[in-house]
Amino acid sequence: MNWQWFHRLGSPRWFYQKTGAWLPWLALASVVLLSVGSVWGLGFVYEHGQQGNSYRIIYIHVPAALLALAGYYVMAISGAIGLIWRMKLSFAVMRAAASIGAVLSFICLVTGSLWGKPTWGTYWEWEARMTSMLILLFLYIGVIALSHAASREQSADKASALLALVGTVNIPIIYWSVNWWNSLHQRATLRVIEESRIDPVMFYPLLIMIIGFYCMYAWTLLTHTRTLLLKREMRTKWAQDELLGGR
Amino acid sequence: MHPVRKQRLILVLVLVVLSSAAVGFVAYAMRGNIDFFYPPKAFAAGEVPMEKRIRAGGCVIPGSVQRADDSLDVQFVITDGVAELTVVFDKILPDLFAEGEAAVIAGRLLPSGVLQADQVLAKHDENYTPPEVADTMVSHEACMNGGKI
Amino acid sequence: MEFQFANLSEFLTMGGHGIFVWVSYLMTFLALVGMAIYPRIARRRLQSELLRQQKNAQRRRRAVSERTATKAPDLAKEPA
Repeated sequence: MNWQWFHRLGSPRWFYQKTGAWLPWLALASVVLLSVGSVWGLGFVYEHGQQGNSYRIIYIHVPAALLALAGYYVMAISGAIGLIWRMKLSFAVMRAAASIGAVLSFICLVTGSLWGKPTWGTYWEWEARMTSMLILLFLYIGVIALSHAASREQSADKASALLALVGTVNIPIIYWSVNWWNSLHQRATLRVIEESRIDPVMFYPLLIMIIGFYCMYAWTLLTHTRTLLLKREMRTKWAQDELLGGR
Repeated sequence: MHPVRKQRLILVLVLVVLSSAAVGFVAYAMRGNIDFFYPPKAFAAGEVPMEKRIRAGGCVIPGSVQRADDSLDVQFVITDGVAELTVVFDKILPDLFAEGEAAVIAGRLLPSGVLQADQVLAKHDENYTPPEVADTMVSHEACMNGGKI
Repeated sequence: MEFQFANLSEFLTMGGHGIFVWVSYLMTFLALVGMAIYPRIARRRLQSELLRQQKNAQRRRRAVSERTATKAPDLAKEPA
């Protein structure tokens, strides 16, 4: 098998120059989809039979949770590629995914807490779904902290990648926690194999928000990675030209 | 693939598998502690400790809620489709507490087999439906069979 | 599809759930905006850092060349 394409992908300069053109489109898609989805979900969908209007939080809680979980695999797989191929680019992606994942899991936890009060009657309980989601936030923060811990960038990257890989076990635990154990949190509404447990009219804005969060994720992952690459490659001519050009 | 990289790939896979197995064994060993509540059948089987704060979860049987006229005192029965458990409570119930819906109750089990609650939480199901669509009969039946816990 | 609330105040209160819904959306909005603009801020910081480094290097180079320029005659005058 020819691995040349793969090694070229690992060139920070190539990545930087290739991705620049995608950013405006991703940004536009994120803003449009998230605005439309929010307005639709907040004002133009009927309320929930039992929960009333508090359920409108679903339109940010579920997409944030989905991306916080999916983003962990982005981080862990980038870390693994970095460890195996010693690729600068993939460590930068891992580090960028850690910041974004931390923000998304924080959004998921806070909106879940604010949703829990009017529906369950509590902001927080130490049950399996919530606790494992909190551990996810701490794993993201741990990866960020480790990347600052070692004085040599390479060893810091390796340590972060190891933590990211060890933490992957938490993702199936979060997802299946509501099926494996008695919990306060209900089971999954969106299902892959079976029919989802949501009325189609309520689902359309949710779908738009999920796609919007995916675009937002792709956009911010690229911008964070690009800035990180400039920082790490600041001694090279191409990074200096990028930083000082266009001014 | 370069042999050194292949070796690193194997090491990465071993790390993920071993750490997952370790966490999996710990979770399996602690499975009873990870459950947030006991279902009524665990109370019927005598598996629930007395004089200790525990939680119970189940469907609030339709028609079982009795409220006192002069105080907040309320009594209701929960079920998981197998056994039933009577709960007494003296504070305000959460808004979403309803007959035919699940609830999680924290409190102490009295020697009489009644649960003296100090906190009642509403547990809702995963179905997202508008007000008029909810089919009460089907919903209550699912709840009574333990389908909502 | 139509607007579900009779007026603005009903839209804001949402039957008592307004505070939870609006705080959730506001918090999410702020977090996402922060996440989006952070690379811009970091990039600007890198730019000024790079400019400072370049200025320092330039000053050092000038200082070295001035020193050699002023010291060269001295060295020439010094007896061997």
